[in-house]
This record gives sequence, C-alpha cells and structure tokens, in this order.
Amino acid sequence: MNLLSRRIRIEARLDNPGWIGVVSSILGIVLALIVGGFVLRAAGANDPIGTYQEIFKEGFGTPADWQAGITALLANTDCPKGSLCFGPLSDTLVKASPILLTALACIIAFRMKLWNIGADGQMFMGAWAATGVAVFLLPPTTDRPVMLAAMALAGILAGLLYGAIPGFLKARLNINEIITTLMLNYIAYKWMEYFVVVGPWSIGDFESTGKFPAAASWPRLTELSDRIPVLSGLTVHPGIFLGIVAAILLAWILYRSRWGYEIRVIGNNPKAARYAGISLRRNIILVMGLSGALAGLAGMNEVAALRELNGRFQRGFGFTGVIIAWLARLNPLAAILVAFLFGGLIVGTQLIQPQGIASMLQGVILFVVVGTELLFHYRVRVEKIEQVTAAPEASP
Amino acid sequence: MTGNELFVLAVTILFGALVSGTPLLFATMGEIFSERAGVMNLGIEGMMLVGAMSGFAAWFKTGNLLLGLLAGMAFGALLALLHAFITISLRADQVVSGLAVTFLGTGLSSILGQPYVGQRTPPPTTLVLPILEHVAAEQLIIIVVGLILAPLAWYYLNRTRPGLNLRSVGEYPSAADSLGINVLRTRYLYVIFGGAMSGLGGATMSLITDPGWVDGKTSGLGWIAVGLVIFASWDPLRGLWVSYFFGLLRRLPLDLQNPALPLISTANNPSLGRLMDMLPYLATIFILILGSREALRKRLGAPAALGVPYVRGERGL
Repeated sequence: MNLLSRRIRIEARLDNPGWIGVVSSILGIVLALIVGGFVLRAAGANDPIGTYQEIFKEGFGTPADWQAGITALLANTDCPKGSLCFGPLSDTLVKASPILLTALACIIAFRMKLWNIGADGQMFMGAWAATGVAVFLLPPTTDRPVMLAAMALAGILAGLLYGAIPGFLKARLNINEIITTLMLNYIAYKWMEYFVVVGPWSIGDFESTGKFPAAASWPRLTELSDRIPVLSGLTVHPGIFLGIVAAILLAWILYRSRWGYEIRVIGNNPKAARYAGISLRRNIILVMGLSGALAGLAGMNEVAALRELNGRFQRGFGFTGVIIAWLARLNPLAAILVAFLFGGLIVGTQLIQPQGIASMLQGVILFVVVGTELLFHYRVRVEKIEQVTAAPEASP
Repeated sequence: MTGNELFVLAVTILFGALVSGTPLLFATMGEIFSERAGVMNLGIEGMMLVGAMSGFAAWFKTGNLLLGLLAGMAFGALLALLHAFITISLRADQVVSGLAVTFLGTGLSSILGQPYVGQRTPPPTTLVLPILEHVAAEQLIIIVVGLILAPLAWYYLNRTRPGLNLRSVGEYPSAADSLGINVLRTRYLYVIFGGAMSGLGGATMSLITDPGWVDGKTSGLGWIAVGLVIFASWDPLRGLWVSYFFGLLRRLPLDLQNPALPLISTANNPSLGRLMDMLPYLATIFILILGSREALRKRLGAPAALGVPYVRGERGL
C-alpha cells in the first residue's frame, strides 16, 4: 500500500452522531491511564499496572470483597476478617456526593458557555456558611432534619451569592468570569483559613471548629450496624441522594423546561438568543447563581459528612467537577456515573504515592476529551489522491 | 522610626516588589503574545509550575542556574506545544484545553517534583549596595532582564513587521492568510513562546526570587497573570507596571509583619495577616472592574479573533 498516494482530509460533518461522545470519553480514560503509566515510571514507580490495580482496589474493592459482603449481608453476620466488603464502595460514594454536585454546578454554567471555574470557592463558602449555622447559630439540641435543612439552605445561599458576584460582573461590566471565579477561589480559601486556622472559629491550636453536634452530621450507614453487622464502619450517607436528585432536576430543567431551552440557545448561539428576545444579562446572573448554589450545597454536604470544619478542608473538588462535566459531555445524568468513577479515583489515589497523580490523570483525560471534540464537527477521511473512493477511517 | 529609616524601608519594599513581580512579568508578557496571536492559554499556572519544578530540578542536578532557567523555559514550551496542537490543529475549545494544561502541569510538577521538595536552594551571590545593603546579584540581574524585556516586547509588537503579522493573525486571520502569512504557524510560534515565558517565570521563582520547590509553588500567580493581561489591554508596557504593582501586593503581608512599622504592623495580629493574603486576588478583581470601565470608554478590546480557531475557507473571522 502506498501511503504517499493518500491524504488526510478534514471536512465538515453535518450529522452529529451520539457515539462520538461515548467513544471519546472512554478513549480519554484509556489514554490517560497509558500516559499516566509512563509518568509513574518516570517518577520511579516500577509497576504502573500494579499501581492502577491498587487504585482500583482501594477505590472500589475487588469482586471477592463484594461477594464476601453480600454473603455476610444475607447471613446477617460480620464482614469476614481480611475482606473489605463494601468499605471501598462506601468511601467512594462519600467522595462522589460532593463532586457530583460540583460537576452539576459546572454543567449548568458550561451549557451557557459561562466558564465557572470557581465551584471550589463556592463550595468552600457553602461549607463555611453551613458550619456557621450548625455550630454557632442553632442550638445543638435542634432536631436533625431541621438542622440539616438549615445547613443546606445556608450552604445554598452562600454559594448562590458567591456565584452571583462573578455573574453580575459578567452581565453588567462584561468582566471575564474565568478570572473572577478563580480569584474568588483563592479568596474563599483565605477566608476559610482566617476563620478556622487562626481566627474566631478555631478551638485552641487545633485549627478546627471541633466536632459538630450529632444533629449537624449526616446519618451514616454504620449506625444500623447493631442490626445489620456487615454495615459496621460504613460512612456512606444520604448526601449522595442530594446529588442524584439534583442531577435529575437539572436534566429536567435543561431538556424539558423553557428556561433550560433558553440556556441551551444562549450557549449555542448568543446572537440568535438575543434576536429571540432572550435576556442574556438576566440568565447570566441566574445561571451563575444556580451554579454557585449547587457548589455551595456540595460544601454543606461535605462538612456534614466530615462532621467538623478544619484547616485541611480539601481543595480541588470544584476542579474535579470541571473534568466530570466534560467527561459526561455536559449531561447531568451521565455525570452521576462519571462522578462515581471519579469518587473511586480520589479514594484510590488518596493513599498512593506520588500525590498529584489524580490531577495529572484528570489533565490528560480533559485533553483527550476536548481534543476529540473535532470529531463532532469534522469528519477525518483518508483518501487516495487520484480516486475519490474514500475509506472512512477515523483517527484522533 | 526616623525619616531615614522609613526611606530605607520604603526602598526595601519597592525592591521586594520588583523581585516578586518579575516572574509575573515574564508570564504576562508570554500570554500577551499568545493572545495577540489569537490563542488564549489558560494554562499559565500549569506551565509556570512545570517550569518552576523542572528549572529547580535541572539546577539541582547540574548546579548551573542558567541551565535551570533554560530547562524551565523548555518544559513550559513543551506544555504549550500540546495546547497549540489541541487548539490550533484540532481546533478544540481554548478555555477547556487551557484548563487541561493547568491540571496536567499541576499534577506532573507534583509527581516529578517530589524528590526536590525542601531541598537545598541555589546560594545567592551577595552584593553590598548602598541603602539596600545585601542584595542577591541574581535578583538584580533578573529584574534588569524584565525591565529590558517589556519595552522590547512593545517595540516588537508595534513597530516591526513580524509584530504586525502577529497582530494581524490575532485580529483578522483570514485577511492575514490572504496576504500570505501562515496563520497556523504564526499561532503555533507564539503559543510556544508564551509557554516558554511562563516556564521562565516559574523557574525564576523557584531559583531566584523565592528559591526552593514545594507543591503548588505558584499559588495562583499564573491565574493572576491571565487577569493582568486583560487589565494591561494586551499592552506589554502596561503589563510591566501592573506586574510590579502585584509584586508589591504579594510582598505586602510579609513586609507589614515588620514590627518596626508604626500603626500598620500586623506583627501582633496574625489573623489580620491572613486576610491580607487575599489582597492580590481581590485586587485582580478590582482592576478588572476598573479596566472594564476604561475599556468601554476607550473602546479597548481583546484581539478580535481571540479564542476562535482558524479554518481556511470557513465563515468567521
């Protein structure tokens, strides 16, 4: 075969097949693992595949663990010694709940081509406000549902305001929201440090607010362990349902409501939206507010799971949300699955050296996902120069 | 505190501002060129981190400071090349690709930089100057490099043929193309140049202005640079003084810990110092607000084709 007599042509695509999204997302993950393997090698890890197996085992458990768990569940006995049973899955769900919410925050904003990179800061503010309500505003004897609802409300409000600020600046003064949301991230980190590390909320030198009252914490599955012993030690909590319900609501808004239609029109073609009488300014502020509110809820969700606010409150969930949003192709329902996978990635890489591997894998995934975007709009053909018969070979 | 002492203190603070503003200046210059050619690169933070890490590593292995700076530039450029390929050749969204650059750079520098955390740092060559007393010669040199670079960059952009080509590619690529300028090659060139400058900024930081490597060394400086480019209205000379102003803001919390300062010292109030750390970030938002007013009044604006991939023969800019 003479390669020189062929050429690669890139031509516009008129259809928009759905398989491309799935293929490129999977391709992204696979390529990220391959590239990540080389980087791990370079960093001195001799057995990248072993490292990945370790990550998977830490993040999700092994089939043997699940089987042992199910057996113990049916027999109503303890988890057998040496087996993790549902432990990894439970940890993964705990991490998946905040990142699902931050991913949804990104999805709604990105749908309108509003680059809210500040979900991290909005989440911090949500966590801060929820803590304020739980520890300093309501008495510890408050009923758990009332307390949790008040915390959620506080988190949502704080996130909403913190998201609406860059929205307002964008709508009124056309100030780049990427920069403002990012700067607000750092401001939120410092704000939190001020209160919790050195400031008025820290107890002694512990850089912490101290343990929350029981009413301000999510109930955990382990609390049922006196009746179902296999659940002992599982920290999974109902917060994951917040994310799932929010995802379904968001999907409904985006695909079934008039507002969602407006959002999608603005995202695809702001000019057309203007001619159709859709208010850009109003929608920018509203969507940024909603986006911030979702991230703020993520913050509440996380502190209620941690049961204290301390100086080690984890950064980066907002950025993970960006990756999940893209990998899910801005589809709220797909985000549920992707968030679960990433929860596993976070849990699995927590104990593994070197650190930073999660961030690197996320970067590569994002590259591949966005790089293959081309395939949505163009068809890559390899064709012979003389003849027009074309073999539709796709290459990234 | 006497007047003379205050003067000395003021000079010290100003020198500190120049020192800590210089890495920012390099990154800002690089991004101005990249954006003027029509490609936004939000990956500055990642490229700076990789530059800082690889620069430090190269110095650590060889003991050669210049080699360290060059290594930082090379690896920053390499990361930018990836961004260029994804956004120029594959025509992908520049915002998302830039974010990916930052993620990748953060992760890579964290993984590969692990052996270098908390290691010994380059020993400064101390000069004894009047007023400032002990100054590292390397800091002085890098400041001068920055001071020369900015006017040169301005001259290149506004007064030379290649500079004109660069601007035309960012403003009206199809017109540039019709005049025989290779749009894609020009864009590749300046995106890579921007990456090299970011890498230089990072390496300058880890080797000269704030020696040493820790995870997340740049702490958002790259993002501030993105903001400064907008406030500088894509003008290198404005970029120069804004960078120094931010250098001042970054140093201020440190300087104010000086107990000798009357009234405004934060020495006895660490939590106030914590709030002061917000200043550079708050100021970035603030200058963007100021800048937007000015932009409306003077009709300054971004390069017209910023963020738009160029495809020959397609409708668009």
